[in-house]
Amino acid sequence: MASKKWVAMLLAGGQGSRLGELTSDLAKPAVPFGGKYRIIDFTLSNCTHSGIDTVGILTQYRPHILNSYVGNGRTWDLDRNYGGVAMLPPYKGKDGGEWYKGTANAVYQNFHFIDQYEPEYVLVISGDHIYKMDYNKMLEDHVENGALATIAVIEVPWNEANRFGIMNTDDTDQIIEFDEKPEHPKSNLASMGVYLFNWKHLKKYLTEDENTIGSTNDFGKDIIPKMIDEGAHVQAYRFKDYWKDVGTVESLWEAHMDLLGEPPAFDLGDANWQIYAGNANHPPQYISQEAEVLQSLINEGCLVFGKVEHSVLSYNVQVGKGSTIKDSVIMPNVKIGKNVTIEKAIIGSGTIIEDGAVIGVNKQGITLIGENQRISPTYAKL
Amino acid sequence: MNNVLGVINLVNEKPILKELTQHRCLASVPFGGRYRMIDFTMSNFMNVSVSKVAIFTKDKYRSVMDHLGSGKEWDLDHRSQGLFILPPSHPDEKIKGDLQQFFDHLEFFQRANADTVIIAPGHHICKIDFNEVIKEHESNEADITVLYKDYDGKPMRKPLYHQCSLDINGEVLDIELYTSPNRGDHVCLETYVIGKQLLIDLIKKCVDNEEYDFLKDVVKANLRDLRVQGYEFKGHMPFIHSLETYHTSNMEFLNPEILNTYFYGSWEVFTKIKHEAPTNYAISSEVSNSLIANGCNIEGIVENSIIFRGVQVKKGAVVKNSIIMQRGDIEEGAHIENIITDKQVIITKGQVLKARHQPTVIKKAEVI
Repeated sequence: MASKKWVAMLLAGGQGSRLGELTSDLAKPAVPFGGKYRIIDFTLSNCTHSGIDTVGILTQYRPHILNSYVGNGRTWDLDRNYGGVAMLPPYKGKDGGEWYKGTANAVYQNFHFIDQYEPEYVLVISGDHIYKMDYNKMLEDHVENGALATIAVIEVPWNEANRFGIMNTDDTDQIIEFDEKPEHPKSNLASMGVYLFNWKHLKKYLTEDENTIGSTNDFGKDIIPKMIDEGAHVQAYRFKDYWKDVGTVESLWEAHMDLLGEPPAFDLGDANWQIYAGNANHPPQYISQEAEVLQSLINEGCLVFGKVEHSVLSYNVQVGKGSTIKDSVIMPNVKIGKNVTIEKAIIGSGTIIEDGAVIGVNKQGITLIGENQRISPTYAKL
Repeated sequence: MNNVLGVINLVNEKPILKELTQHRCLASVPFGGRYRMIDFTMSNFMNVSVSKVAIFTKDKYRSVMDHLGSGKEWDLDHRSQGLFILPPSHPDEKIKGDLQQFFDHLEFFQRANADTVIIAPGHHICKIDFNEVIKEHESNEADITVLYKDYDGKPMRKPLYHQCSLDINGEVLDIELYTSPNRGDHVCLETYVIGKQLLIDLIKKCVDNEEYDFLKDVVKANLRDLRVQGYEFKGHMPFIHSLETYHTSNMEFLNPEILNTYFYGSWEVFTKIKHEAPTNYAISSEVSNSLIANGCNIEGIVENSIIFRGVQVKKGAVVKNSIIMQRGDIEEGAHIENIITDKQVIITKGQVLKARHQPTVIKKAEVI
């Protein structure tokens, strides 16, 4: 078989502990998003649209739902005879084996997976970001600049720059310094966690890093800084579109609200860049005589008898008569009874909200209810 | 059930819904917001775990082939079994009847690793539990089981339905072809259960005798010699034979109870997957008592209507008692009532279309 131009390695192992109860039973990339998607759909769809037909998915934490969701990759046209999608959990070999220590180690442990395709480039991406990106453009840039590594960056507000890995670049956007969460950022170019490498060189760095005592075996903390220190050509690729890390309850909620503007900050309905999602077979949504739906995204399988305002309803959500849902995200298969009020909340999949319950009203911040809970009318008083 | 073979017979499709069947067969007429009529029969087969299904087509079958694809959505993408779309073998000749087509594809029946065959048309909107039907077929030791339903539709004039009369034990005494039934008459659903070997024998025998109609020459002609048993289907099934009945039967799905029996029961109705985004309801939208598929953008007023995937209802537009099929576009200020728009119809700005007595169809991709 011919060698591949490039292979993507998708980091999907994160526990996503900052998403609290939403990830007690599933890995962060498998968390539902946008009513009918899971977070990983966005990067996988990016791969499909960019013509990447070989994707290794590095899993570690609670992979079961993610495994069955990705399946043979058919949803994203990744069911290929040569290439396609491969789930890559940690494993034991004859020389032992171990859990993935860091992002770089996860790729290192799957050396042979990449090598079998003899790719020229390896794209390292994360399964927990919401964005639409044509990786081809980044590759073109990478080749044109003759870089060994290219890192996608996005301008973040200056006052938030200290939360990110910040790239300091020269006037040709070559990266001269990498500051992980700097106290006094010198730039507002944040790493998006999208790295493109020449495989030959990456191999060398991964091997060296593996043999470096005290390394955390992480791309952001170890590999990239080392490359820069050694004077390797590491290029910044500026991305100007929407990008969001949905690793916290607040950012997950915000990203959902970004779907609701007129026009939305992030458009799910873009016909030129569809987001593919698996296993959808639900009837059309029914909006009853007494229902009221405003500035919201509603999905197949929903039965709405109440009022829904500025919210996202995932598939198979039921809203009973007299209930009001505002500024909220309702995950799949949630049943909301009658005369319920929900404000500024995220309700996890499969949860049942009983008649008369009040959630999130007059509360600071976002109220999070986990999966498969049963919320009684006395909930608000607790 | 591994030993059951499914046959969807489109050879006998009746000349109804002409406005919607110019470019497609009856079985692929859109229905219920995101389905094609054939999805209901396909899903009924799924519930019996049929692993081999043949679609006998007559003409205009491109849309059916496109819709069913590899059969993946109905779990029919198997290595050795699966979905078979069987078009006429002699496209230049006029089809003499369904039996001729069965005969032309006899090998399909012979090769099938099954002992029972279910034959059904492709346009019945219903959920029939074939497990139940086969159980009765077996316990009656019937040669053929004929499904029927008591007519509960409006009085009609066109002679379109076949009627069965039964004896006290439910055995079929007679079948009267092409009648216009009255309330309570037993309408033959053109759905049958029959043993595979018996079917093969009868196909051969009939075609030898130049007999080509399954109902007339296999069922009716053998009422004395074979044990032909009736099975009454008591569930919901609209009698669709005109644009009006098509419209009202779609509208019945706005009744949450009916919605529930079809879509939230023990088995689902499957259809071709499309990657549509969630439907967006703008701040200016007003939607009530409507069934809406994904991928729509609603800015205007929608009342008592069925909206298929990817439809736009722009600001100030009004859609009432209407069915808007896939990718329809109702532009600003347009107002439609009692209208059925086929796929990709555009109703331009400010147009007012109200059909008073009968629903009116706007042809596919037309711009009004």
